[in-house]
Amino acid sequence: MVIADSYRLVTYMKMAAMTDTRIEDPTPATEAVIDAVTDEPDAGSDVGIELPAADAAVAPNAELGGQTVGNVHCDNAFMIAENVNVHYGDNHAIRDVTLEIGKKQVVALIGPSGCGKSTFLRCLNRMNDTIEVARVTGTITLDGKDIYRKSQDPVALRARVGMVFQKPNPFPKSIYDNVAYGPRIHGLAGDRAELDSIVHSSLERAGLLKEVKDRLEEPGTSLSGGQQQRLCIARTIAVNPEVILMDEPCSALDPIATARIEDLMDELCEDYAIVIVTHSMQQAARVSRRVAYFHLGHLVEVDDTDKVFTNPQHKLTEDYITGRIG
Amino acid sequence: MQSTTLVLLIGLMAVSAFYLGRGRSLACVGGPGKGQALHSLPGYYGYFVAIWCVLPALAVLLLWVMIEPRVVVALVVDSLPASYESYSAGELDLLLNNIQNLASGDVVSVDVDAVLSGAAELFNAHIARSRQLLAVLCLGIAVLGGALAWRRINPELRVRNSVESVIRWFLIAASSIAIFTTIGIVLSVLFEALRFFQKVPISEFLFGTSWSPQTAIRADQVGSSGSFGAVPLFTGTMLITSIAMVVAVPVGLMTAIYLAEYSSTRVRGIAKPLLEVLAGIPTVVYGFFAALTVAPWVRNAGESAGISVASESALAAGLVMGIMIIPLVSSLADDAINAVPSAMRDGALGLGSTRSETMTKVILPAALPGIVGGILLAVSRAIGETMIVVMAAGLSANLTANPFEAVTTVTVQIVTLLVGDQEFDSAKTLAAFALGLMLFVVTLILNVIGLGVVRKYREEYD
Repeated sequence: MVIADSYRLVTYMKMAAMTDTRIEDPTPATEAVIDAVTDEPDAGSDVGIELPAADAAVAPNAELGGQTVGNVHCDNAFMIAENVNVHYGDNHAIRDVTLEIGKKQVVALIGPSGCGKSTFLRCLNRMNDTIEVARVTGTITLDGKDIYRKSQDPVALRARVGMVFQKPNPFPKSIYDNVAYGPRIHGLAGDRAELDSIVHSSLERAGLLKEVKDRLEEPGTSLSGGQQQRLCIARTIAVNPEVILMDEPCSALDPIATARIEDLMDELCEDYAIVIVTHSMQQAARVSRRVAYFHLGHLVEVDDTDKVFTNPQHKLTEDYITGRIG
Repeated sequence: MQSTTLVLLIGLMAVSAFYLGRGRSLACVGGPGKGQALHSLPGYYGYFVAIWCVLPALAVLLLWVMIEPRVVVALVVDSLPASYESYSAGELDLLLNNIQNLASGDVVSVDVDAVLSGAAELFNAHIARSRQLLAVLCLGIAVLGGALAWRRINPELRVRNSVESVIRWFLIAASSIAIFTTIGIVLSVLFEALRFFQKVPISEFLFGTSWSPQTAIRADQVGSSGSFGAVPLFTGTMLITSIAMVVAVPVGLMTAIYLAEYSSTRVRGIAKPLLEVLAGIPTVVYGFFAALTVAPWVRNAGESAGISVASESALAAGLVMGIMIIPLVSSLADDAINAVPSAMRDGALGLGSTRSETMTKVILPAALPGIVGGILLAVSRAIGETMIVVMAAGLSANLTANPFEAVTTVTVQIVTLLVGDQEFDSAKTLAAFALGLMLFVVTLILNVIGLGVVRKYREEYD
């Protein structure tokens, strides 16, 4: 399920080599050209791999399949997806998506249902591996290393890239055991005291400790929906991941629980890179630093959240955020 | 007139009643185009008339057929000469039997005299008259019922409701057949078992350790007093069941885990139907597989290892029974595992668990109640299984826990006690009912617990 055939791999490696050379040894002239084209003053200082970004000066258009507009790059790029394509059997679910995810920021993926945002999210920790017919091509690097390389253990990857799901899914165990599950399987705690402290600090950071500290032995399913979701977040951060993926984490919650989770995201992004899929534009606007708009498998537009919501570059983005499609 | 002709005739009348009723309903409102003026669809008026035509007639027919023999017999007895009044009930039964046999042309056990042949003729005459009466009565009631219903038809008559309620009662009657049959079977087993417990104390049956059900047929017979301690049968059943479960539970569970979590859809698509084939093999085939293939193999293997193995060892029967139960365990466990929401799976995988960690730490604990329920159902199946043990397990009631020895089971004993001609007043035959009752109670309890556990578990995740 990694890179499908050697031909594609070879082609891809050639491509990567070319880009690498360009980045490692940027002549002043090239830099100037890039600057001019992208109309971006600090393009040269980006750590990430430079790809020709779309021309932001181009007038809004409704065409699909062109370059992503806006800016796929960011400071502190930590996870970089390049030319990612996902096929579910014959269904081409993700088309040529390039996106950088930076440390200490929240990236929101928005778009109408079936646009591929969840699929893309699941690529980032290789959850698509569990789907037999899924085929992922392109590269996704985490801290500079391809997560789809042969030697990458998907299990180890998922410990670094944690995931919170749409529906709260606590295990049918006690609250304590739910949080202790990850540290236990990864052997993070040497003894019981250490495990206790991991569990407590995770619950604390998930803002749940106060509510549950006297009932840690009760089943996780006895909590309310919002508490369950925060338990799932505690469970995820107990493994101490570097990136947290959230797949519509609030869609099953009431507004108050949603607000708590959003506050939590604000706090958590101090330590983690967070990617959140959401159907709520308000939520995207509230929690994210950057927004990526997906449409029919294409990444249409990426940019800083305020830019996208105040001044969308692409006609489709504009239509979506003004409620004309979706 | 024959009853079948009569029933056919009533059926024909029902069909015509349907069309007549339908036609009248439409005629009431003035033609087929005006159907919406009726309370119900025209067809319902047809059914309404047909039901009134058929049901009363059939009810009378049924009642008549049930009562007729008694009335006729009573009439025949009345006509007998006074000398027969002194007959005992048994003698009278014999006489009536002979009269009926003579009337229908069967063999008679005594010499035919004038009284007998006269009674037989009388019997035939009564039957013939009764049939004529019945035919006239039934057809009359059918016509009358149909006509009355037909006359009642008017656009306001709410026939749909009546027809629906008849349908409802019909369905209730159909579904109660199975229930009443079960109750009947349970009661008959219960009463026969109670008769057994009058002859043999229940404590001896439940706690006695010696099973030898041969009873004396004649008073002067020696050596066959019969002892009915069922403990060796229970332990034999338990022994074979445990061997079966030792085989079936791990294999079935691992099969289910593989199919539910590890296999690709293609493998699953092939393996699952194959497993179901295993479940579809008749138990008698397993039986001779056990008796002719596995038992000699176990014996040879045991001998080469220096263990003496009975040729009808509990091990052979248990092994084959275990194989038979594998599909049951695996399909129930598979259901339980699949019922665990995939969110659990995703959650565990998303935390970086391996497949086996996900399985052992999250899925199996979540699926455990369902799996346990499935195993209980499998145990009850194993306890009640008959054919394999009849063919492969022995008849000697040894009280042993050694799987290499021959043991016998409750089901085997029931079969051997009831096969062939048996008199139904000896403890030997009645013992089968007591055993059956025990078996029924145990499997019922297991099934109730098993199904309860499975259901409770399902509710938890839906």
